[in-house]
Amino acid sequence: MSMNRREFLQVLAIAAAGGMTLHSDIARAEAAAAKMYELPKFGNVSLLHMTDCHAQLLPIYFREPNVNLGVGSMLGQAPHVVGDRFLKHFGIKPGSAEAHAFTYLDFVEASRTYGKVGGFAHLSTLVKKMKASRPGALLLDGGDTWQGSGTALWTNAQDMVDACKLLGVDVMTLHWESTYGADRVKEIEEKDFAGKIDIVAQNVKTTDFEDPVFKPYVIKNINGIPVAIVGQAFPYTPIANPRWMTPNWSFGIQEQGMQEAVNAARAEGAQVVVVLSHNGMDVDLKMASRVSGIDAIFGGHTHDGMPAPTVVQNPGGKTLVTNAGSNGKFLGVMDFDVRDGKVRDFRYKLLPVFANLLPADAEMAAFIDKVRAPFIEKLSEKLAVTEGLLYRRGNFNGSWDQLLVDALIAEKDAEIAFSPGFRWGTSLLPGDTITMEHLLDQTAITYPWTTVTNMSGEMIKTILEDVADNLFNADPYYQQGGDMVRIGGLQYTCDPAAAMGKRIDNMMLKGKPIEAGKTYKVAGWAPVSEEAKDSGPAVWDVVANYLRTQKVITQRPLNLPTLKGMDGNPGVAV
Amino acid sequence: MNHQRRDTLKAGGGLGIFGLLAAAGMIKPEMAEAAWNKAAFDAHKMDDAMSALGAGKPAESADVQITAPDIAENGAVVPVGVVSNIANTESIAILIEKNPAMVAATFDIPAGTVADVQTRVKMGQTSDVYAVVKADGKFYMAKKEVKVTLGGCGG
Repeated sequence: MSMNRREFLQVLAIAAAGGMTLHSDIARAEAAAAKMYELPKFGNVSLLHMTDCHAQLLPIYFREPNVNLGVGSMLGQAPHVVGDRFLKHFGIKPGSAEAHAFTYLDFVEASRTYGKVGGFAHLSTLVKKMKASRPGALLLDGGDTWQGSGTALWTNAQDMVDACKLLGVDVMTLHWESTYGADRVKEIEEKDFAGKIDIVAQNVKTTDFEDPVFKPYVIKNINGIPVAIVGQAFPYTPIANPRWMTPNWSFGIQEQGMQEAVNAARAEGAQVVVVLSHNGMDVDLKMASRVSGIDAIFGGHTHDGMPAPTVVQNPGGKTLVTNAGSNGKFLGVMDFDVRDGKVRDFRYKLLPVFANLLPADAEMAAFIDKVRAPFIEKLSEKLAVTEGLLYRRGNFNGSWDQLLVDALIAEKDAEIAFSPGFRWGTSLLPGDTITMEHLLDQTAITYPWTTVTNMSGEMIKTILEDVADNLFNADPYYQQGGDMVRIGGLQYTCDPAAAMGKRIDNMMLKGKPIEAGKTYKVAGWAPVSEEAKDSGPAVWDVVANYLRTQKVITQRPLNLPTLKGMDGNPGVAV
Repeated sequence: MNHQRRDTLKAGGGLGIFGLLAAAGMIKPEMAEAAWNKAAFDAHKMDDAMSALGAGKPAESADVQITAPDIAENGAVVPVGVVSNIANTESIAILIEKNPAMVAATFDIPAGTVADVQTRVKMGQTSDVYAVVKADGKFYMAKKEVKVTLGGCGG
């Protein structure tokens, strides 16, 4: 569905009559829409933050999760609140445009009302608007920018590199960028980005002599005030993604290195020190409680769109921790009032990017058209029509992943299928046509090979326990920030608060218990070991085949584990 | 930085870095034999390893710091460092609880030396890593868990 601005405002007016909260006449609807982006200027140092856009150049739908469990000290704390509990936590009015942007509530209906979100042309208009009202403002990009679309993959990230330069990104850090290989990342840093965009990452060192691979931080002068931006790349890149793609780079959390970088930046004269982080929010919160001297951590990775920062106390004072969601859906705006060498006060707003409320920037729109042109035919191939809502995000499963594991089981003649717990991947509304582009939004990675493995029941259990511990370890520093592996065929019980090795139970296949010593045929994709390179055809080819045969994708039940001990947890809603 | 130091060294010296290191620092096995605490390195139980080191049950000390990843990037080469801020540190041992033979390394610290050591250890599974420090004849320790995971499925 594509509407112009006026049509959209008409819909808003009708929606208001039907109970939505925007005003019921066009003029007032327009005023309300404009007001959303009229942020009063505050202070003298402003930083704009985007993260995890996953190469989505065009507006998309993205459903926020209804399962985002927090265990231990994270129980009920941001970001582990969903749905109504989320609205209550942040004081957002139910039924409002913001309630739609930040939660899964009434997703289909509200998506039809408010339309798509994000898109670089619309984001660009918003960035320009914010920069105009906030002279000297910098745009920070938290990473996961070069991966997530067919065009990013086929241009070897060049489309996103050029789009970011045009958008006016000033500083960035990394995660999925590394899956293009170390040489490609350095090539972009040294050629495309030279003099334009700084890549910062204090926690990336060479594996041999521990020499820094990137600048740990940069200091920028904003309205006469030195502001340091320290980089923190995703600490578990060589574990969650193939290590062989960056064999000579070591990552990790490096708390001590962070403290040293902050101290060095302060010693160099920085009056404001912020961290541009790809840790994931729970890791950021812990780091903020242990490292002193950081004014704010601008976080990403876990795709948590947080309307307000969490204020964390530490030995040196207070640190703000934000997280700016994903898929180009939001732009974070932080205004600092800096006086006498210190941050005295702040204002923060995470603005939803409603494509229908922000006209497309002409220059960016033309660039996107140009970069997509050679691939349009391939991208637009119609594979099937979906009867139900397709989405990915959630701790255990999403309807897109259910479709992927169903396809893998059918196409590979397997008993069980695994699909990685990625948090990226756009949503489709009931009745939408699934094109090759949409399928690539779920699968476009540089190691897309499918696998078929004969696994013992014991091995299956080990894998599930391992991934569950990466998600639910009570110590955030041991969390990798993805979701649980998606599983087709096999049912199980999960007790997230249990200890490592004790979370998974009652594994069943077709009504029979999984036997430790028995072998099962398991299909999967995205293998991280180098030996599994080219193990089978790319997952998008396998799934496209399935979709073409099916033609119509019926709404299918999600294979979800039976949860233990999570009653009343505000991180789950059914 | 265009090149890693290793590349530069490779390009600069015909020996390559590994050759250089070997040439500069190689210790023949028989040279080490004299100081080799065979009983400690052969121990397959933590209690045996500790007693072979003469440590008994050392008290945990905040003055012993272990630097190691929370999750190992590569179980075959896990970087582990130990710093002892205890005066008159004489030796530092590194033990991996879940390894078949726990003692991974022992370092003698000559008087007047900064007690700051680093090495790489091999780990087959998630385990606590212990640092045992001997200073003025007394033993102190610190431990830290290092996870070894299967990888994949993230982000």
